[in-house]
Amino acid sequence: MTAAPATTPKSPRGGSTTSNSADTNARGPRQSVMSRSAAMLIMGVFTLYFLTPIWWLLTTSTKTGGEITSTAPLWFTANSLGTFFENLGRLFSYGDGLFGRWLLNSALYAGVGALIGTVIAAMCGYALAKYEFRGREAVFNIVLSGVLVPATALALPLFLIFSQVNLTNTMWAVFLPSLVSPFGVYLARIYAAASVPGELLEAARLDGSGEIRTFFTVSTRLMAPALVTIFLFQFVAIWNNFFLPLIMLRDQSLFPVTLGLYAWNSQISQIPELRSLVIVGALVSIVPLIIAFLALQRFWSSGLGAGGVK
Amino acid sequence: MRAHYGKVTAAFALSALALSGCSAGGDSSAPAAEAVPCEASDGPVELTFTTWVPGMDQVVELWNEDNPDIQVTVQTGPNGNSGTYQNFFNQIQAGNAPDLGQIEYDALPNFRVQDGLENIAECEGIEEAQDQFVDWTWGQVTFGEDGSVYAVPQDSGPMAMYYRADLFEEAGIEVPTTWEEYAAAAEQIKAEGAYITNFPKTDVNWFAGMVWQNGGQWFSNDGENWDVNLTGEESEEVATYWQDLLSEDLVSTLPSFSDEWNASFNTGQQWTWVSAVWGATTLSDGAPDTAGKWAVAPMPQWEADTQSAGNWGGSSTAVLKGSDHPAEAAKFALWLNTDPEALALANELGGLYPAAKSATELEAFAGGVEFYGGQKIYDVFAEASSNVDPDFTWGPTMTQTYTDVSDGFGAAIGGSGTLMDALETGQQKTIDSLKSQSIPVAE
Repeated sequence: MTAAPATTPKSPRGGSTTSNSADTNARGPRQSVMSRSAAMLIMGVFTLYFLTPIWWLLTTSTKTGGEITSTAPLWFTANSLGTFFENLGRLFSYGDGLFGRWLLNSALYAGVGALIGTVIAAMCGYALAKYEFRGREAVFNIVLSGVLVPATALALPLFLIFSQVNLTNTMWAVFLPSLVSPFGVYLARIYAAASVPGELLEAARLDGSGEIRTFFTVSTRLMAPALVTIFLFQFVAIWNNFFLPLIMLRDQSLFPVTLGLYAWNSQISQIPELRSLVIVGALVSIVPLIIAFLALQRFWSSGLGAGGVK
Repeated sequence: MRAHYGKVTAAFALSALALSGCSAGGDSSAPAAEAVPCEASDGPVELTFTTWVPGMDQVVELWNEDNPDIQVTVQTGPNGNSGTYQNFFNQIQAGNAPDLGQIEYDALPNFRVQDGLENIAECEGIEEAQDQFVDWTWGQVTFGEDGSVYAVPQDSGPMAMYYRADLFEEAGIEVPTTWEEYAAAAEQIKAEGAYITNFPKTDVNWFAGMVWQNGGQWFSNDGENWDVNLTGEESEEVATYWQDLLSEDLVSTLPSFSDEWNASFNTGQQWTWVSAVWGATTLSDGAPDTAGKWAVAPMPQWEADTQSAGNWGGSSTAVLKGSDHPAEAAKFALWLNTDPEALALANELGGLYPAAKSATELEAFAGGVEFYGGQKIYDVFAEASSNVDPDFTWGPTMTQTYTDVSDGFGAAIGGSGTLMDALETGQQKTIDSLKSQSIPVAE
């Protein structure tokens, strides 16, 4: 995946104007073109594969309930734009604006949850990387084994525990379990070990900076790319989390958008008008994820590269 | 209410596993549960009610206005088999289940066996209410036990045959009244380039409705042991019949309630649909272009001059185990399912066809329906409802049974095995499943 972009800057100066004689001077131009187009082809196929469902979602959300079956599935209708806004209007007004409420809930669970979760994972990973203490590896291994346990398997035990303290059917029931991210700890530790030099911490200590201050002012900046990655992962994981809210929540006004859409979808046979709302709702529900990725990917990609080279 | 079975995700299977692990130690042989004393609580009471009927919150508002001392909060979720039943079981286990829950008839035995229901027979007015409900629905909520009532019937799904009156007339084909005539009509309709109907491979409860009509019994309980009989002669007759139609490609096999399924009805590819009363709106919503062309007749019969009908779907309102206020909960459940105003509103908003006999007096079911050419279709269904065998019993593991039989049906349609093979596999797997949960099975 990384090979293709890495070879591009090496192509001879002059670009398209240079004849093939110039190309032959570069090392293995033929092979490079071949492997490049092969890579492009594979990427193209996969891009198509992944984008087709989203394209379908986009086109279908511009149709009325009846048009979904009676028109071409992957193209728009004559009155697409009007229908789309009409669908949007119905989506946000159905059930006293229930959908908007779900979106806000998801934003809250995922936004705040990922933020706090990232801070916790960063501190934990940093401590494991930079401090020597007894049982360090044991702690790390235990946290790491948490990566292997699927969140779904923990949902039922969590439900029973939250029942004991009467916290089911509250925001906390979804929020608290979202704060921990074993994978985040793992990533933070690896990254802190590679990017935060011990000498720098030593220098900070000599200058009289406390450990906590050093962490927040020096280390987190060096770890920023990893933190962005952890935040994104955690945000997506919480946003898409479905099983935990399904088990924990009964009050519709607490649902995240995933569970809300699922509940609507299970009622389509009773209320057929929900069919188009579920489709438009699904489209709207991925918009925040796209925004989060576009806004943060700058930090993310440069960060991963920096870590890799080192 | 209808539910789509066979969509049990691995995740649910997982939590079901965890749950049955928890409850395996419990007594699951369905002992006669003592009826709760059912005394009214002092002071104001707050109840929670979980349901997935659309608009139920507005129905409950009627109650809350008139009963300031018994306030009911409605909680909604996905329909039963899509998660709400599993949630009920988890909540009963944790002791924080809602006071009242919507449970379909075919899921009630499961709750009964897992001891998830309060016996409300002693509650005021409950036992006397028997006469207000269609006979067979009362059998579903008492399991035939003396002095026991475990839920109040909510809605039902008596079956009849929707058919394209216009197409039958144009083609000069008699509207079938027996299954024999139905098969003959299927061939003629095929010759016209269409299908007589669609075989719903995933709706095993539809198939059960067919067996129900034929007088079959899939499950029975002698008070101690469960007897499983998916492969009796009545079932075999139904399975062979549909197998023949499938083998000769006289029925289509589209996924039920899907877009293409709707489209095939909308474009005249389907001439009949043997379905429940709630199907009336499914059809009018899914096939808007065919308005006015449909009519409803009683289900075709296995023997001429008989009048039996099957049932597909329907729910009850149950008081879940652990409720602090069973008396008030029972009172509410009874009101919800007998009060004319409540029934009318639940029909308008949620499309429910009440289990109460008084349904026939409701305005919503009195007049002709335009989509069906002005026919008074609900008269046909009311008649069907009184012709449903009252003794049909569901088993305690219907979700598993549906899944296994539906898998077999899918395979049969794909050309490996027959519908009867699917029932035989389902029979064996159901017995295994009961045994694995320590539920006694008659050999």
